[in-house]
Amino acid sequence: MKNIYTKFATSLAVGAGLALGAGVANAETPKMGGILEYVVPGKAPSYDGHIETTYAMIHRVRPFYSLLIRVNPDNPSDPSDFVCDLCAGDVPEATENGTKYTFKLQPGVKFHDGSDLTSEDVKATFDKIIFPPDGVASARKSFFRAVESITTPDEQTVVFKLKFPTGSFIPALATPMNFVYSKDDLDAHGYTWHKANINGTGAFKFVQHQKGAFIEGVKNPDYHHAGHPYLDGFKAITTSKMALSIQAIRGNRAAAEFRGFPPKARDDLVKALGNKITVQESNWNCVLLATPNHKIKPFDDTRVRQALTLGLDRWSGSKYLSRIAIVRTVGGVVFPDHKFAATEEELTKLKGYGKDINASRAEANKLLADAGVPGLEFTLHNRGVDQPYKIVGTWMIDQWKKTGMKVDQQVNPTPVFYDVLRKKKSFDVSLDFNCQSVINPIADITKFLGSAGNNYGSYEDQQLEDTYNKMLQSGDPAEQRRLIREYETRALSDEARMMISLWWYKINPHRSYMKGWKIAPSHYLNQHLDNVWLDR
Amino acid sequence: MIKYLIKRLLLLLPTLLGAAILVFFLLRLVPGDVCEIRLAGTGLYADPAEIALCQKELGLDQHILKQFFDFIWGYATFDLGKSMWTGAPITHEIGLRFHLSLQVAIMATAVAIMIAIPFGIISAVKQNTWIDYFVRAFSIAGIAMPSFWLGILIILGLLIGTQAVFGEPWMPPIEFKPIWEDPVWNISQLIWPAVATGYRYSAVATRMTRSALLEVLREDYVRTARAKGLLEKVIINRHALKNALLPVVTVISIEFAFLMGGLVVTEQVFNLNGLGRLFVESVGAQDFNMTQQLVMLVVLIFVLTNFFVDILYAWLDPRIRYS
Repeated sequence: MKNIYTKFATSLAVGAGLALGAGVANAETPKMGGILEYVVPGKAPSYDGHIETTYAMIHRVRPFYSLLIRVNPDNPSDPSDFVCDLCAGDVPEATENGTKYTFKLQPGVKFHDGSDLTSEDVKATFDKIIFPPDGVASARKSFFRAVESITTPDEQTVVFKLKFPTGSFIPALATPMNFVYSKDDLDAHGYTWHKANINGTGAFKFVQHQKGAFIEGVKNPDYHHAGHPYLDGFKAITTSKMALSIQAIRGNRAAAEFRGFPPKARDDLVKALGNKITVQESNWNCVLLATPNHKIKPFDDTRVRQALTLGLDRWSGSKYLSRIAIVRTVGGVVFPDHKFAATEEELTKLKGYGKDINASRAEANKLLADAGVPGLEFTLHNRGVDQPYKIVGTWMIDQWKKTGMKVDQQVNPTPVFYDVLRKKKSFDVSLDFNCQSVINPIADITKFLGSAGNNYGSYEDQQLEDTYNKMLQSGDPAEQRRLIREYETRALSDEARMMISLWWYKINPHRSYMKGWKIAPSHYLNQHLDNVWLDR
Repeated sequence: MIKYLIKRLLLLLPTLLGAAILVFFLLRLVPGDVCEIRLAGTGLYADPAEIALCQKELGLDQHILKQFFDFIWGYATFDLGKSMWTGAPITHEIGLRFHLSLQVAIMATAVAIMIAIPFGIISAVKQNTWIDYFVRAFSIAGIAMPSFWLGILIILGLLIGTQAVFGEPWMPPIEFKPIWEDPVWNISQLIWPAVATGYRYSAVATRMTRSALLEVLREDYVRTARAKGLLEKVIINRHALKNALLPVVTVISIEFAFLMGGLVVTEQVFNLNGLGRLFVESVGAQDFNMTQQLVMLVVLIFVLTNFFVDILYAWLDPRIRYS
């Protein structure tokens, strides 16, 4: 009975917290001043957004920089709502049959060293990202395959010319790692200078970085969004364990951690602190997948791969795993909250997504018997990270055991895990993940292409490639949606190239005095902090 | 004596070289690649050309013997190289953390000595009384309880306790400030890990003090001192304790050296930006340069500590003479 009351009280407090986070913050007038202290688990190799891929860099460095356009900070949960950051007015519509985008820059924007921002800086930045010279790394140049050229008709205008119209250009442009650098810095110091130095136009100026401990920023009084930032500064404190991050919020050593906590941590914080904690939650643009190695028998057999996906009871998994892990939503290849995502009705038509698990498992057993491998035995290769790898991996093994398979789990630390996945390719079935920042379905679903660099299934599927190419070249959203369903059905059901588990679920409990920050469907987004304020 | 010291110092060189060879080649046997972790550790696609470029920048494309030679040559030129992860000089990265680890090691040693010596003495003197049983139980608990677990209990206790008393939970600071900058902040952060590690450390030293003292108290010269009518306090303090301290000093010194790089988990529990945490992070990131220099630092600390302990022996026991 006591347990029921505790759960009820927790639910009530979470509900109150959600309401506070979603509604009340909007109604209040922001207060100026204060230093925001928050924790960042993990560490970043450098400050250079153009080459780094970790959120640990974004959470520390993003407040120092601006982007040309960004996800709307007041509406970050909408995957198609983009606004100008350094550009003026609204995000421009494409012209010339969708192949030309002309951006006018805001006047009077200054870098932290006092120099003026011009269109040459934006061009130099995107030239570095899209057309890096030999010997210069760029983590996201593949996002911009459609870009033909960047020109600057005048000091305040930048023009992107595309080879073909594509809906993936604007989301790619809003990627939060596309920090705009000064051309003078690039010319004077070279392309590696930004690894260890910061000179942006962001809401905060760099003060100091004590490696392994914290990074500190102070308010930029010349910030180009008038009236922002509200904070006097911020301090991002490095932590090494999730438990410590949770305790830091509880002990008020930090107001927030922006990556996300498991449900238990949320409940514990709410239970301990009541309305001093606000909880924001969202579907998360990350998903764990099981990738069978098509080069190893019997995983070259479609029937075996289909049996693997049929053995997973995703609907009940969603109900129970979401209580202990940062996963929750049943979905297909596209982020569940996007208009291109499959509806529940569309999902249930895919193998492994049916609601009658007994029927699915009977079909799985028949397929295994037909393939000559009844009671299939294999090893699931997994990464030594608790949330959610080991939890989801253990759940999958349990599911497959219920289908009569015999599955062991081999858990490796991250370096060894990637060595096996990418180089040795010596696994039977491996967990892998697809985690993106801006929701850009056309780009995000390349993961399932056998030709994709981050696909480790070792297969070729020309039909999948052809469908993707048609989708990429299509300018009609309805047609794109139809082609995505075709692509999804082939990748997840007809050929069962990979098995999607559950989409992640982002839970951010934070101190209620931190206001203005809104949860986005990615831990990479909305970390500029120019709209955050402290109510204390 | 000077001849002995020079000989011992010269012996350090082959020890360090042996350690360098071992750590360098063993690290290269570990699967994985720092460039893969850096560029694609978050699951994103990394162009093989970019990974090759990163490997070239870090010198990982060079022959392994060339890499080893560069590593050893770095000692001759006092250049320990750069972290493969951050690109910052290793001396800078270690320097940032060294004084924190040193301070925790000193504080933990002080806590351990303050507990171990009096408890060990009283336990030996009051052998087989309830005091002895209590001290033995206390020290066994210390050995049995991992210091990181005690650390977690301390933090949870502070959070729950302060909330119950003051209405708002309090926990120790999670960022380091040097003692000369903010002594209150510094002590309120470091006292807890010092207690957590010092307790375990004291447990070993308490038992060592007790057994060494019990042995010495049975020696003929102690019986003679008693027969002369000396006070028990004088016998213990002046005659027995100094002799009994030899093994205790050895234990304390080894533990001290261990604390300089071995507080891996405890540093994570208390969010201490020390050498232990740097160690774990560099291994996880496959940052060979950093890992091998940290191993060499720990080896050097162990070797030097043993060296000083040997010298201390001569002071504690006048019968020991080096030649």
